[in-house]
Amino acid sequence: MSETIAFKPESLAQVHKIIARYPEGRQKSALIPVLHLAQKEFGGWLDVPVMDYVAGLLSIKPIEVYEVATFYTMFNMKPVGKYVLEVCRTGPCMVSGSEKILNHIRTKLNIKDGETTEDGMFTLKPAECLGACGYAPMMQLGKFFHENLTIEKVDEILELCRQGQVALD
Amino acid sequence: MSKKLLLKDAHIEGIRYFETYRRQGGYTAAEKALKMTPDEILEEVKASGLRGRGGAGFPTGMKWSFLAKPEGVPRHLVVNADESEPGTFKDRYLMEFLPHLLIEGMLISSYCLGSNTSYIYIRGEYSWIPDILEEAIEEAKAAGFLGKNILGTGFDLEIYVQRGAGAYICGEETALLESLEGKRGNPRLKPPFPAVKGLWERPTVVNNVESIAAIVPIIDITGAEYAKIGVGRSTGTKLISACGNINKPGVYEIDMTITVEEFIYSDEYCGGIKDGKRLKACIPGGSSVPIVPANLLLRTVNGEPRYMNYESLADGGFATGTMMGSGGFIVLDEDQCIVEHTMTLARFYNHESCGQCTPCREGTGWMYKILKKIENGQGKMEDIDLLWDIQRKIEGNTICPLGDAAAWPVAAAIRHFRDEFEWHVKNPELCLTQNYGLAHYADPIPAVEKNA
Repeated sequence: MSETIAFKPESLAQVHKIIARYPEGRQKSALIPVLHLAQKEFGGWLDVPVMDYVAGLLSIKPIEVYEVATFYTMFNMKPVGKYVLEVCRTGPCMVSGSEKILNHIRTKLNIKDGETTEDGMFTLKPAECLGACGYAPMMQLGKFFHENLTIEKVDEILELCRQGQVALD
Repeated sequence: MSKKLLLKDAHIEGIRYFETYRRQGGYTAAEKALKMTPDEILEEVKASGLRGRGGAGFPTGMKWSFLAKPEGVPRHLVVNADESEPGTFKDRYLMEFLPHLLIEGMLISSYCLGSNTSYIYIRGEYSWIPDILEEAIEEAKAAGFLGKNILGTGFDLEIYVQRGAGAYICGEETALLESLEGKRGNPRLKPPFPAVKGLWERPTVVNNVESIAAIVPIIDITGAEYAKIGVGRSTGTKLISACGNINKPGVYEIDMTITVEEFIYSDEYCGGIKDGKRLKACIPGGSSVPIVPANLLLRTVNGEPRYMNYESLADGGFATGTMMGSGGFIVLDEDQCIVEHTMTLARFYNHESCGQCTPCREGTGWMYKILKKIENGQGKMEDIDLLWDIQRKIEGNTICPLGDAAAWPVAAAIRHFRDEFEWHVKNPELCLTQNYGLAHYADPIPAVEKNA
């Protein structure tokens, strides 16, 4: 366990609260919620030392953390930008023009899928169905969904991101 | 006007909060249920004919009756809120706007099943909804409807919300349980079924959000009255999330007696096809159920109107029918390319395959690559037969139903739109710049014209 990595006291209290939801000896059930907390607190992605730290907290082996972290798409295994633009492109979103939205973002930010802008501001991640099918096309930014997107609306959101006016949490 | 049971108060401002929900009669069903015995509740649920609203349509009362009840072994209710099926967003609506309906349903269900600790497993991307649910849980607890010795009955219940982290497969009940135990969402072999060995190997019932919410009106009006709504084995009401090329996308509650045509074209529901275009096809129950062309969607092969219920949608089997599934209703207009649409679904299932079973892991990626090739004008005629062959080898050959879910959209697209696939192969240049359009599917839908 890295000595430099530690949750803030309030996050640590949250970890213990989560563990208490499960029966004695079943603390591994807290892994996904704790990884969400870790990703949020340690820079938006899960570095190996961070995962090792989580393993220590839950008294499980590091490999048990790695295999879970790499399975779920919401966990980032490499550094990402401040704003991760997750644009849904499945079925109903495709029907409603998600590819146009994706192409616009790719061109405007000059990045390909999965890449981050040079200034570290934006990462583009096409997503597979985010449950906003009736309000398509859409993208997720942090905790929130931005729905019924148009090119103009996307431009406006990107500009507000640059101004630090888009809530992520 | 359809009878509304779940969404009857959805329009009321503040219904998300306990006080308003209670003022509208909330938690009276729970009060009634807590005066009944668990067996009496189970009988009401059986009498209601409620079928699981997550997609499979298995009778809920029967599922509950399978729950093993050895003395001294804790049991659990787990609510499946991992709504990840493309086209389906109804549970999100329920949780976002009527969280107390779910909590009340969980209270009644947990009491019936003997669960003192119940969990809501919600897809991770719905990241603002756990806050809403947790607030509702706190409110219910403060009012004495959760926690220790609920309403002096001696029954204790704690409800916890757990977020997933982006894996469609976690909507499969055993994968969900693995995830809830802090593991990869790999489905388990069945048997043993969760009712015998579920969460932490304890007897567990996993039910969809809508199914559990429906328990409230069932207790409220009685199972027998609930069964009178709807038709045949499609009892009660069903939430339909409608999307695609329609004028009024959204979540609708229907009583399963209306026709598909009425649902698509009436102002009460979808309000017709967007921009006055014509209906080409529809996937009525979430992306995994078979797509059907307009003519077979509105009429069965016998020329009878097709209704929005389990039996009528399935009329004719997969050859000419489809499924109610989760109620994720995706409408495609004349401009939509079936090959492209099928390709995006194949990409989805390839992305979401957990990789445990070879036919699914390898087959879904293979199907996606072939579809991409055809869509990009590089396909050959034999690729269509190969696609058919691959989907046949996936279906029924995997631990969980994701294999079937990946195979069926491809099978149905080829079955009903083979000419469109062939057109892509024969017209490689054209298929990059224009769509095949309605072709011969335009003729058999005169009933649509009056609304066009």
